[in-house]
Amino acid sequence: MSSLNIKAAFLSIVILFVGLALWEVFNQAPKATEELDEFALLMGGEDKEARVPPPSKVFKHAYKELSDPFYDAGPNDKGIGIQLFYSLVRVLIGFGAAAAIAIPLGFVIGMSELMYKALNPFIQILKPISPLAWMPLALFIIKDSEKSAVFVIFICSIWPMLLNTAFGVSNVRKDWIKVAQTHELSKLKTAFCVILPASAPTIFTGMRISIGIAWLVIVAAEMLVGGTGIGYYVWNEWNNLDLNSVIFSIIMIGLVGMTLDLILNALSRLVVYEE
Amino acid sequence: MKSFLTLECLSKKFPGKKTDSDYVVFDDISYTIEKGEFVCIIGHSGCGKSTILNVLAGLDKPTTGYISMEGKEVVGSSLDRGVVFQNYSLLPWLTALKNVTFGVKARFPNKSKAEVEEHSLKYLQMVGLGENVNKKPSELSGGMRQRVSIARAFATHPKLLLLDEPFGALDALTRGNIQDELIKIWNETKQTVFMITHDVDEAILLADKIILMSNGPGACIAEEVLVNIPRPRERGKVIDDPGYYKIRKHLIKFLVERSSDFTGDKVRKSPITVDPTQDN
Ligand SMILES: Nc1ncnc2c1ncn2[C@@H]1O[C@H](COP(=O)(O)OP(=O)(O)O)[C@@H](O)[C@H]1O
Ligand SMILES: [Mg+2]
Repeated sequence: MSSLNIKAAFLSIVILFVGLALWEVFNQAPKATEELDEFALLMGGEDKEARVPPPSKVFKHAYKELSDPFYDAGPNDKGIGIQLFYSLVRVLIGFGAAAAIAIPLGFVIGMSELMYKALNPFIQILKPISPLAWMPLALFIIKDSEKSAVFVIFICSIWPMLLNTAFGVSNVRKDWIKVAQTHELSKLKTAFCVILPASAPTIFTGMRISIGIAWLVIVAAEMLVGGTGIGYYVWNEWNNLDLNSVIFSIIMIGLVGMTLDLILNALSRLVVYEE
Repeated sequence: MKSFLTLECLSKKFPGKKTDSDYVVFDDISYTIEKGEFVCIIGHSGCGKSTILNVLAGLDKPTTGYISMEGKEVVGSSLDRGVVFQNYSLLPWLTALKNVTFGVKARFPNKSKAEVEEHSLKYLQMVGLGENVNKKPSELSGGMRQRVSIARAFATHPKLLLLDEPFGALDALTRGNIQDELIKIWNETKQTVFMITHDVDEAILLADKIILMSNGPGACIAEEVLVNIPRPRERGKVIDDPGYYKIRKHLIKFLVERSSDFTGDKVRKSPITVDPTQDN
């Protein structure tokens, strides 16, 4: 097993370096054979094809950005750390509010067939709506772009947690419920001492899916509402034609998303059990 | 004198799935159990043994009739009636010890934490689970899990202990060992026990009386067989008792040849009592 891990890590590193090398080699700007006018220079020299910056330049840029991630030089020039922080705060507020509603509501739906049947049509209609489709309505009602972005995160996080909680709760093994009954546990105690621990792994799976979706959606939402955040940052750098920054922030979005997932995965390890 | 446990005119019907007529599991069963008796029930699979046990536990309601324990009607489940299920029913996220304290805390809410733990450990010790108390069920073998489940049931001091094929999933050797533990713990506590089994030898080893159930649908208690073998019984020695094979033969003959005879007007409202050791 561990030798497999070592081989896999080695292979990952090889793939990384081969990928970077190819990227580097195929994206060199051609040598100018004659003096170019200013416009040609701007358009990438003689070569009319679009080129992304090679990794060496991106890394140089990343190093510069990461050595001072929290600088703040006005509304259009903030460090990547600050932008990521804004996005994370929005995601956490939206996700937290969604969890606070979805998990108790999911519990009720999972416990009561009546509630499940009554609410299911609404859930089925609301769930497939792209969270961004809510944005205009949110902007109109809330009248605040910042809060509207949080609302969009809230809406997109709620469904996986709601459905997973309901599914987990309704599928708790009947035997365990019988154990609670034969021990004369009250309804509330049964919910907390048996149903909650029994369904916790499923609930955590829902939370993991939700935070993943929230992180996907926040980038798009911030591109729409602007102002601050990593989504706005990417769009702003694209407008500045600073592809180094665009690539750098794409990588950062991936790293932060992965970290969020790892954190929830680690938390869910605390509640999983083997049957 | 009033009996400890009385089943009166008990019947259970489940609504039929496709047909309009209900599925009658058993109809009009009456029986009594005295305090301290160990009663085993044997019958073919599907005849309604678990259904009776669930009704006794209060997990399911009878369609008609009622059960009373110590003069009070049984409604809903209660800590007075402990249950051990075939599939152990331990909570997998709790350790063996926590599974037992779960029951003990519910039974004795006034005990301090230390007392609860001490009490639970005592019973885990009794079933021979001294070292493994901090393991989760998934880390224990089937036999160990069933031991924990039995410890939990006995530790809550139920007035009636209900066991649904508790050793059905275990291999013969493990089953034998746990039967020994069960005899030991029963000798100490003199619990009233109602146990389902499909193992004839197990029933003879453990029971004072063996209830023979006819085949369903519309099953009835056909006979009550007395196990007239002196206690304490030991697994290796009961088979030498002159009555042992008479009882065994009677049980097997019933299961193989007669269990399907009790239909229509042959249904017995009250079982006849048989003592095979007295026959020739
Ligand atoms: N919830 C239920 N709904 C319908 N039929 C049931 C239900 N539970 C049990 N039965 C039927 O009742 C009969 C007795 O079942 P059970 O008590 O589990 O038998 P045993 O434990 O003796 O093997 C079976 O035929 C079974 O199909
Ligand atoms: Mg059964």
